[in-house]
Amino acid sequence: MVMADLEARAERAASRRGFLIGLPAYVYLILFFAIPLLIVAVYSFATRTSTGATALSDWNLDAWARVFSAAPARVFVRSFLLAAATTVLCLVFSYPFAYWIATRSPKVRSLLLVLVMIPFWSNFLVRTYAMKFLLGSEGPLSIISQLLGGEPVRLLFTVWAVLIGLVYGYMPFMILPLYAALERMDWSLVEAARDLYAGGWDAFRKVTLPLSMPGVVAGSVLVFIPALGAYVVPAILGGGSPPYLGDYIVLQFLTARNWPFGSALSVSVMLIMLIATIFYFRRGGRTL
Amino acid sequence: MNEATTPRPLVDRLLAAHGWLVYLFFYAPIIVLTVFSFNDNSRVGVWTEPSLRWYRAMIQNDDVMRAIRNTLIVAAVSTVVSVVLGTAAAISMERYRFRGQRTLDGLLYLPIIIPDVTMAVMMLLFFTQAFGFLEGLTGIRLSLGLGSISLAHIAFNISFVAVVVRARLAGMDPHLTEAAADLYASPWQTFRKVTLPLIMPGVAGGALLALTLSLDDVVVTSFVTGPGSTTLPVYVFGLVRREVSPLINAVSTAMLVASILLVAVSLGFQRRSAPVATTSETDEGDTDGPTAPMAGRVSRVGADAGGV
Repeated sequence: MVMADLEARAERAASRRGFLIGLPAYVYLILFFAIPLLIVAVYSFATRTSTGATALSDWNLDAWARVFSAAPARVFVRSFLLAAATTVLCLVFSYPFAYWIATRSPKVRSLLLVLVMIPFWSNFLVRTYAMKFLLGSEGPLSIISQLLGGEPVRLLFTVWAVLIGLVYGYMPFMILPLYAALERMDWSLVEAARDLYAGGWDAFRKVTLPLSMPGVVAGSVLVFIPALGAYVVPAILGGGSPPYLGDYIVLQFLTARNWPFGSALSVSVMLIMLIATIFYFRRGGRTL
Repeated sequence: MNEATTPRPLVDRLLAAHGWLVYLFFYAPIIVLTVFSFNDNSRVGVWTEPSLRWYRAMIQNDDVMRAIRNTLIVAAVSTVVSVVLGTAAAISMERYRFRGQRTLDGLLYLPIIIPDVTMAVMMLLFFTQAFGFLEGLTGIRLSLGLGSISLAHIAFNISFVAVVVRARLAGMDPHLTEAAADLYASPWQTFRKVTLPLIMPGVAGGALLALTLSLDDVVVTSFVTGPGSTTLPVYVFGLVRREVSPLINAVSTAMLVASILLVAVSLGFQRRSAPVATTSETDEGDTDGPTAPMAGRVSRVGADAGGV
């Protein structure tokens, strides 16, 4: 009896200590994250006055009604299609690439991986700018094309430039989970399939591909989510028009000065991402 | 690793060709940019002769130098604070059980998932409200600047540090701390002499991640910056949207070199700590090395929205 009581007391003390150790971080996140999140949610019900200021009174659903109107719906659809195209392109190019790395000898493998990591950790803004420089009508590609008697490259400020930029920026997010899934796969299963007279393609389709599915799902979510809210790439390579979700939200705050509408949009984007993330954790995201 | 399943030579050659094309895609823009940053011509695409003209212009540009100074201040402050808070949060989550833990766990993950743009909006509205509130309360008028930028960076960095350190803690043998306690070490001694040395690679990885995120951030910073407190990425972003110029080429190349140096440091650090790190999986240590720290960056999910 006494022992049990002592143990319970020790456990309570430990649990209190655990809470106190993390307390500064929790307080910080409540103050500088949870409360700001709450403020955005509250703003989405506020009123925009004729001067563009936000009045925290006359609570209404105007901003939310506008989120579901035609113009934002077009932006949502456009961004969704762009993010989907980015994801598919990343997957198509990354799968053979990750497969190739995963089937090299361990020494070569780690060298090839480092070569993926260098651009991955490099400044994203600079990489996007490098793409703009390369694709520009006065850029090196254009000059070469003209020297060869062709036309100057006119890709910049088109949807294609944005797509190239997004694939360029987010492809490592696809490669790494795919590589992780393929690398830890049990290759003796493929051998077994071959022993049972499966052709190379059949063995791949029926064994390798299903086994690497967690990597496919993880990579797709990791590319799709940031691509959906992308701001920097469309702003630099697309010139900001037509707007995608990211620039559309920024526009509401910095140019249109419609904070309630911008807040409602931000909350919607966040909810979409939250749902996608929950899907990701349910479907093998833990394997990362 | 799989002799029996070695793909036929043709498939293998196609895979290799594709692989090198992907590397070309990754590196061509960076290399072209770097080469042209040494171009003397003020027309960006036309090569005349190599020179350091634009690097000189960069060093003599007061705006660029002030932006670099601001960036470094914010990065240093936010990294130090978020490493301390994030590591403590990781230990609290991974080593203890207490009431309300799951809610706080969710709160700790949310900044990683949230899109950059939403985070930026949150911070702008928060500081607008908070400054108004403080002025009404104390009469002191605060404004956006290095302070608000640092506070915002800490808010997203804590979570990234915590994720990386937790991954490390999860792989640690809990009996080690029990053993220390059995030998009459106080909780603080146990932390200093057992836990901290063992999780050090995780803490260092978290610090590097926080540093990189802070140095790279454009979107959140541009919403909470004030006059004179512009950071380098925000300054460059402003220029880059409008034009392509040799000066931006030079500044960009300098930023690129800085981030590659950071990768080199982190790789060197990992290689050195690898034997300690992977006691149970020594033969896998080589391949796990590069991917393990990525987990943090990869799982940046939504927070990466168009940024960094």
